[in-house]
Amino acid sequence: MNMQAVKTESAAAIPLATSGEVLRLPAPKASYLQTKLLPAAKDFAANLIPPLVMIALILVVWQILCSKQGATLPSPSKIWMEARDLIVDPFFVAGPQDIGLGWRVLTSLQRVAIGYGFAAVIGILLGALVGQSVWAMRGLDPIFQILRTISPLAWLPISLAAFRDSQPSAIFVIFITAVWPIIINTAVGIRNIPQDYRNVAAVLRLNHFEFFIKVMIPSAAPYIFTGLRIGIGLSWLAIVAAEMLTGGVGIGFFIWDAWNSSRLSDIVVALVYIGGIGFVLDRIVAFVATVVTRGTSAN
Amino acid sequence: MPTYPYLKIDHVDKSFKRGAATTEVLKDVTLAVEKGEYVSIIGHSGCGKSTLLNLVAGLLPVSAGCVLLENKEVNDPGPDRAVVFQNHSLLPWLTVYANVKIAVDKVFSSTKSKQQRHDWIMHNLDLVQMAHAKDKRPAEISGGMKQRVGIARALAMEPKVLLLDEPFGALDALTRAHLQDSVMAIHAKLGNTVMMITHDVDEAVLLSDRIVMMTNGPAAHIGEILDVPLARPRKRLALAGDPTYVRCRQRVLEFLYERHHYVEAA
Repeated sequence: MNMQAVKTESAAAIPLATSGEVLRLPAPKASYLQTKLLPAAKDFAANLIPPLVMIALILVVWQILCSKQGATLPSPSKIWMEARDLIVDPFFVAGPQDIGLGWRVLTSLQRVAIGYGFAAVIGILLGALVGQSVWAMRGLDPIFQILRTISPLAWLPISLAAFRDSQPSAIFVIFITAVWPIIINTAVGIRNIPQDYRNVAAVLRLNHFEFFIKVMIPSAAPYIFTGLRIGIGLSWLAIVAAEMLTGGVGIGFFIWDAWNSSRLSDIVVALVYIGGIGFVLDRIVAFVATVVTRGTSAN
Repeated sequence: MPTYPYLKIDHVDKSFKRGAATTEVLKDVTLAVEKGEYVSIIGHSGCGKSTLLNLVAGLLPVSAGCVLLENKEVNDPGPDRAVVFQNHSLLPWLTVYANVKIAVDKVFSSTKSKQQRHDWIMHNLDLVQMAHAKDKRPAEISGGMKQRVGIARALAMEPKVLLLDEPFGALDALTRAHLQDSVMAIHAKLGNTVMMITHDVDEAVLLSDRIVMMTNGPAAHIGEILDVPLARPRKRLALAGDPTYVRCRQRVLEFLYERHHYVEAA
């Protein structure tokens, strides 16, 4: 912009010496299609085609391996024939126990949301405490280090005994699975807050709450989100196992039920669902992380 | 007229303990600074200059003695002694404007209205010529610009004493000269009391009313205090050949390189 202004000024001064006039010729404008759409489409195709090719290859090999006489697992074509209703319509309702996988996944997601929500809030608060206070770290860190190695399912009997109901027990298992990485990563992030930021906060006399909101959380955000991302992955792993044991509605119980009635094709479809949802969950947390930590990680 | 100095560092000792070992950094440092005075503290690296500044800022507790500001002892950090840190210390997730705002909101939350606070932020950004970049984040501006914002943030607290911890140390020579001129202009305009840590002899002579020279540590103390009787405003180019300037410069150099030669092993 400034360049242009300078140019016109000098052009106005020149006519005293010369009689010529400078004409600005419009540059040929490339169409939107050429500059934006084509490269974007190329980029997209370059990212999409290789995985599609690989999936097709895997399906073909799988089909060949499982088409033999006496194969123990169903081939893709057999799955398509047997479990077509599950694949094409995730949200059908044919009876109280005969519902689409979409509904089941939503039930499981709801449990994960509650358990993971508690884990996120309590994990960040406890992590901040452990990261900020040397005494809290000395007292709590060894306990956390031991508790976090316990398998999520080992907590299930304890929580069933405590809550006497399957729904809160499953939620508790999610909570206890997801909370450790969140605590530990938050604590590391808080411990790594540069002394400079602490000095700035001290000179400004920020109180504990202001320091927590304005300095701690943004500064530790990249670490916190690492914890949150590990946590969401672990919760999704744990919910399937927990539901297999607690029963009721849910993707985990569906698999157990399908196994008991020898519907192997249904199980394969459910596995694809679980993988897909897990992938999406991870991406959502990763996306939120990049948006939130834009400023911090740019440094 | 008060009979006490504006800022007084009174027989201050500072030692650090690590386990059983005690390192004595500062020993018996006494210094009085008058209101509106620009004082530089110069010394070899490791002599405890920054420790002294941190003691005045209240970021470190004194081991013995005390720091008095307007005859009141100061023990903890506060906005009346704003610090400009060597590496700017801007919060990277906040914009330039928000970095100054966090200070202004904290210091003037009860005394200024929202509009007044906004005007005050913009006023301080104007002082350091950074108003044009108010919506940029620290990562998007140059080192000199970051330091300007750091200065604006400190000035915006309306401190009684402005503490500069090697504010131009991380900058290239041209940017440094430019920023020194800005600080001189601001000092001339606002008449702040300034205490600056530096290891640059020219910078110390150019900017200061008095230069405090520290001996080498451990147990560093004030070796000599030099008055710089140069009239303000000072012009960098005109001063280069000025006999007073040359004499002051010579005195500081002699102190640093002859009498208190820096010993690497010490």
